[in-house]
Amino acid sequence: MTEFNNTPGQSLKIINGRLVLPGSDGLTDASLVVADGVITAIGKAAEHANAATTFDAAGAVVAPGLVDLCCNLREPGNGQKGNIASETRAAARGGFTTVCASPQTSPVNDSGAVTHLIRDVAQARSPIRVLPVGAITRGLEGELLSDMAGLAAAGCVAFGNGSRGVRNARILRRCMAYAQTFGLTVMFSPENQALAADGYAHDGLVASRLGLLGIPEVAETAAVMEMLLLAEETGVRLHLSQLSCARSVEMVAAARARGITVTADVAMHQLLFTEDALAGFDSRFHVRPPLRSESDRQALVAAVRDGVIDAIVSQHQPHDSAAKQAPLGATEPGLSTIESTLSMGLLLVDRGELTLTTLLAALTSGPAAILGETATLSEGAAADLCVFDPQATWTPDQHSLISAGRHAPSAGQALPGVVRLTLCNGKVAWGAESR
Amino acid sequence: MTVNQASNRSLQLTADGQLRHFLTLDGLDRALLTDILDTADSFIEVGERSIKKVPLLRGRTVVNLFFESSTRTRSTFELAAKRLSADVLNLDINTSATSKGESLSDTLLNLEAMASDMFVVRHSQSGAPHFIAESVTPGVAIINAGDGRHAHPTQAMLDMLTIRQHKGGFEGLKVAIVGDVLHSRVARSQIRALNELGAAEVRVIAPGTLLPRDVESLGCTVEYDMHKGMKDLDVVIMLRLQKERMEGALLPSEREFYRLYGLNQDKLALAHPECIVMHPGPINRGVEIESAVADGPQSVILDQVTNGIAIRMAVMSMAMGGQVSERNQQQAGSKQA
Repeated sequence: MTEFNNTPGQSLKIINGRLVLPGSDGLTDASLVVADGVITAIGKAAEHANAATTFDAAGAVVAPGLVDLCCNLREPGNGQKGNIASETRAAARGGFTTVCASPQTSPVNDSGAVTHLIRDVAQARSPIRVLPVGAITRGLEGELLSDMAGLAAAGCVAFGNGSRGVRNARILRRCMAYAQTFGLTVMFSPENQALAADGYAHDGLVASRLGLLGIPEVAETAAVMEMLLLAEETGVRLHLSQLSCARSVEMVAAARARGITVTADVAMHQLLFTEDALAGFDSRFHVRPPLRSESDRQALVAAVRDGVIDAIVSQHQPHDSAAKQAPLGATEPGLSTIESTLSMGLLLVDRGELTLTTLLAALTSGPAAILGETATLSEGAAADLCVFDPQATWTPDQHSLISAGRHAPSAGQALPGVVRLTLCNGKVAWGAESR
Repeated sequence: MTVNQASNRSLQLTADGQLRHFLTLDGLDRALLTDILDTADSFIEVGERSIKKVPLLRGRTVVNLFFESSTRTRSTFELAAKRLSADVLNLDINTSATSKGESLSDTLLNLEAMASDMFVVRHSQSGAPHFIAESVTPGVAIINAGDGRHAHPTQAMLDMLTIRQHKGGFEGLKVAIVGDVLHSRVARSQIRALNELGAAEVRVIAPGTLLPRDVESLGCTVEYDMHKGMKDLDVVIMLRLQKERMEGALLPSEREFYRLYGLNQDKLALAHPECIVMHPGPINRGVEIESAVADGPQSVILDQVTNGIAIRMAVMSMAMGGQVSERNQQQAGSKQA
């Protein structure tokens, strides 16, 4: 690509790419034209269309823009860890055109003012779409309901309690019943805090050997069961965030079979890594929920294949280096993943654990559907797309990462998948000239 | 070799297999463990001289960095360093820097600026010495003096030295570890050492609340009933029970624990007649062990303390030796280049 600026009305033709088209299991060699922020032509119509600029996508895949249901942008309040400008630019580099912003900021996103602040900053500084997730309880304290209807009017697309959970089942039940009244979606990371206690690693072989404080599987499965029963009773649209156990997946499948409205996601790193990643006390892999056993990992991958898990998320948690520079148990949980989520997924495709179509569905149409949206390459649809070369490699490291968080899971290791172009509403969010 | 063993090996050993840090027994083979025991044997004689000093660490500065309080371990490390002629600085960080909000990394940078050669580290977080070993300047040796629930490798090695003195070796030995295995860094290191050195059986005896998940994977069998567990034992190691365990609903009462898992003469009589009784200390008389047993003829608890100095001398001198030879090789290499 030579020149494609963001002037409205300018058109762009992407040629020689392999397109991910709705209803097709494979990739289609075709051209695509974008004008005025929407996709105006695909295939034959595109080939004959004139466009101001042409982008040669030879060797690359053209997919809908990736959608992330769980991303920490750290603004307002945690500027040392990242901000909306830095983290959305990193997301665009990772192929994302939509990210949901976690309510766990400072102050917490439990008021319309904070929601507006996030939207205003995103409007001014973000190259991609930012959808705020509201706090379901005030201050994420798990005690008083937040003004959910008001927050929804201000622009919150779903409600959750960050990583703090709702300790009290009576409050959780009321959160769900209230959200159901207004047809709102609730997103919870299932964790029974009494059972998780002070743990920071999967309660399994590695924790036993290294003397790490364990979070047992039942800390998640007991919470999943409780939430499923409450969702069945209240009729709320429940989304379970970041499952980590094989048994949780079984329970979600069984609940769906009973007709409960439940969807689920998993963090990409859970599909690639296990408790073994902590063997050398590597604090990067202190994540929550913890990385569990190989059989859990395999069950999670299978659940993505079978559609029991609808979406793969980045669970991006940028940190300043001090947050990770301490003995394992004293560090803060989370990985900086948004730039390497797609690449990690492509590793799974290379290994034959997922097909490219399944991977991309779990990163695009799957999460979009949970938000009540679509993410497809079709004529008339918003021009949210990414063009990536699955064969090209890049190496995440201190210098190459854009995110303020440098604790990427595969730092120093060459990863497949380089995003060459990200368009959001037809505007270039990331392109070859961006770096 | 597991991922874990491989990573520990590369962090703790020089390219030619010498010790340069002593963090865990994971990844150290039988030959090296035996070498530590043999070196310690040679230092026992030093402790029996009227002038108890050898010049192996002369001019070196050893910093005892204790983030958790300790009397016995710290004083035996201090004595060991002094008998090796090192200059010793004792720091109880427990109450000083960290309470002022200084991070562990910053504390270390300050201490390194004082040109120390070795840190002896005790910390309440599992893996803290690993973290320090990965972040210190090359050339500074790190010795683990106990980290969280993870490892207490010098304690386990002094226990192995004591067992070897009394039993002649490890082949065919049946050893039990009794009590709070879940919270015990000592037990984890002992199980590892006994397996590597070739003990016939390592048994852990405790109620389910005091055992880690999948404890068998560490290389031991499990027995809930102490009367059955004492059968044929050559060595019984009692672990200290912390008072806090009652508060976390792990145990109902000290009384019930003592009745079921405390070592008294009746239970000891079920073991092999020459079974030795060990305890890493400090002992709780009447909680995990009866006085008559702790002070009795089969008890070798005080031998453990004496051996602690020799083991710590061995490990400190070996790690310093590894660091020095690595530095010399690097200098020789850079001159050639």
